[in-house]
Amino acid sequence: MKPFVRHRGVAAPVPIDNVDTDQIIPSREMKRVSKLGLGGGLFAGSRYVYEGTERGAENPDFVLNRPEYRNASMLLSGRNFGCGSSREHAVWALADFGIRAILAQSFGRIFRSNCARNGLLAIELGQADIERILATAQAAPFEIDLEAQVIRLPDGSSLNFDVPKGDREMLLNGLDYVDYALQYEADIERHIAKDRELRPWAYLAPQN
Amino acid sequence: MALTLFDKIWNTHRVRDLADRSSLVYVDRVFLHERTGSVALTSLAELGRAVRNPRHVFATMDHILDTFPGRGDKTLVPGGEAFIRTMRRKALDTGITLFDINDARHGITHLISAEQGITLPGLVVACPDSHTCTLGALGAIGWGIGSSDCEHVLATETLRTTKPRQLRVWFDGSLGPGVTAKDMVLHLIARYGAAGARGYALEFAGPAVAALDMDARFTLCNMAVEFSAFTGLIAPDDKTLAYVQGRPYVPAGEDWERSVAEWKQLQSDEGARFDLEYRVDCGEIEPTVTWGTSPQHAVGVSQTVPLPAAAEDAEARDNMQLALDYMGLEAGQSLKGLPIDAAFIGSCTNARLDDLRAAAAILKNRKVAAGIRAICTPGSQAVKQAAEAEGLDRVFVAAGFEWREPGCSLCFNAGGEGFGPEERVMSSTNRNFRGRQGRRSRTHLASPAMVAAAAVMGRIADSRDMLDDKDAA
Ligand code: SF4
Repeated sequence: MKPFVRHRGVAAPVPIDNVDTDQIIPSREMKRVSKLGLGGGLFAGSRYVYEGTERGAENPDFVLNRPEYRNASMLLSGRNFGCGSSREHAVWALADFGIRAILAQSFGRIFRSNCARNGLLAIELGQADIERILATAQAAPFEIDLEAQVIRLPDGSSLNFDVPKGDREMLLNGLDYVDYALQYEADIERHIAKDRELRPWAYLAPQN
Repeated sequence: MALTLFDKIWNTHRVRDLADRSSLVYVDRVFLHERTGSVALTSLAELGRAVRNPRHVFATMDHILDTFPGRGDKTLVPGGEAFIRTMRRKALDTGITLFDINDARHGITHLISAEQGITLPGLVVACPDSHTCTLGALGAIGWGIGSSDCEHVLATETLRTTKPRQLRVWFDGSLGPGVTAKDMVLHLIARYGAAGARGYALEFAGPAVAALDMDARFTLCNMAVEFSAFTGLIAPDDKTLAYVQGRPYVPAGEDWERSVAEWKQLQSDEGARFDLEYRVDCGEIEPTVTWGTSPQHAVGVSQTVPLPAAAEDAEARDNMQLALDYMGLEAGQSLKGLPIDAAFIGSCTNARLDDLRAAAAILKNRKVAAGIRAICTPGSQAVKQAAEAEGLDRVFVAAGFEWREPGCSLCFNAGGEGFGPEERVMSSTNRNFRGRQGRRSRTHLASPAMVAAAAVMGRIADSRDMLDDKDAA
């Protein structure tokens, strides 16, 4: 996984609440048995004009189709971003499109934990901070420094943010999520050995 | 110390705490479906990792597969076949147990996990699907996870999370005739908002919950995630034990005795501390229908669509207006009498035997109104067989419903089958998000009886007016 230490880019505003995973990637766009190649389906419902169920031309009004945001690598949004279905495709589609960070007032629980595991930084900020970034940055690039936990805006001002320690560690080191747990393999084995004696009924026999 | 039900299960499963205040938690069972399971198993293999305990991992096909009679691997969903074939191949490769399309045990993941006795009281069960909380009805922690969590649990038999805070929802009093668990949960979400349980594990309790039969308890817990809860659960009681006993993967003999003794302890202790408590008087609940694009947009059938002007702030007002526009509704209008285009009874929320019985009670000797497309997909083969043994299929078919094979079907549109733009659908499912049942389709969530009533009338109606014996709930 590519480590996330500092990132500089343009943030596209999606200034509404409850952007759910169906909106981020409609299920009809999730056609692959793979995590890769889903970027084209990102926000497909609003990004394209549909002819029947087929994607047609781009919808010129949609933010990611506007010239200044075509290469956006960050999103700014309201409350509860990524709510709804637990599909990780939403995060894969964002990552595949090239989004590295999402700044929102709050996130769907599963969505948020999926972000770090896929190298995406999810930052929770107050409404005032989101509005300030929207107003100051507009389509100009700015920097997120995860190491220092600081956002540096184009006007020279900055603001601090917090992210869960575990997410930060994984992102900074580009750590694989499973490897992180396997550091504790001995604990897992001990737990299971003891648990088998306490709750034998919970363990299925072979060939059941 | 007085413990909650959730504490007790958590404590027996906690492997260790980690530096970031999260914990590694042991997971007893994993259930996969072809849509996300195939991807997780593929990714795991690509990383060169094995499934740590295949005996505890199960899989089925429900999300992508068609529900037409005579269906096979080919699907209406473009590319769907690849998911089905990959799931099957990966199940073989890894030695996990697959309930394949033609298996008599096949059905929607969350139904068959209970039917087969794979989920038991006191277990932690994970599935890469939001509605795993359904299984909380058995007094288990049903944990909906994403794909990377899925790889994690397959490779390590653990998951990593911060212990959620705890919420108890107390349902007081008793339900009126024709009022169901679906109405309880829609009412609850409408009252406290779709984020009302964010960050909490939720225990449903109180006399009205104890009075529910198992099928209804699954419905209640199913929608805990629509309330944003970490999970929802109900303490096991005699009904739970009666449900579990004798199912295929349930412990037998000495192990059964031992497990029952432990399950009897699985209740929140007197004086256990909850971080938050909600209380709902069931006497005030009527059959409930959603009018908007979030499960919180719900009102009793006798009420009118709320006025955005009455919303607490400008933002809420705008959101309500957007929802009304999407749904093609006017603020203040009555839902009762609203013409519909289609009716769907199915999904992990409301496609169990009691659900089909409730709908059939309305459909009996009646016909679906002209021009209405009506579809029923029983939730599992077991439900379908049981329903057919009672002749319910004949009631549905005589009324004009399509009687389908089990699967998620029109609960969500995977690019295969869906309802059309602006088609108004009464649906027994759990999500009325934009485009959920087809691009620009308009979903109204309600109980199976309410869906059946609307199908017959061609418009939203109060199912209670159509019960022959009004005392029969
Ligand atoms: S029936 Fe619907 S909600 Fe349930 S698992 Fe299937 S798609 Fe998800």
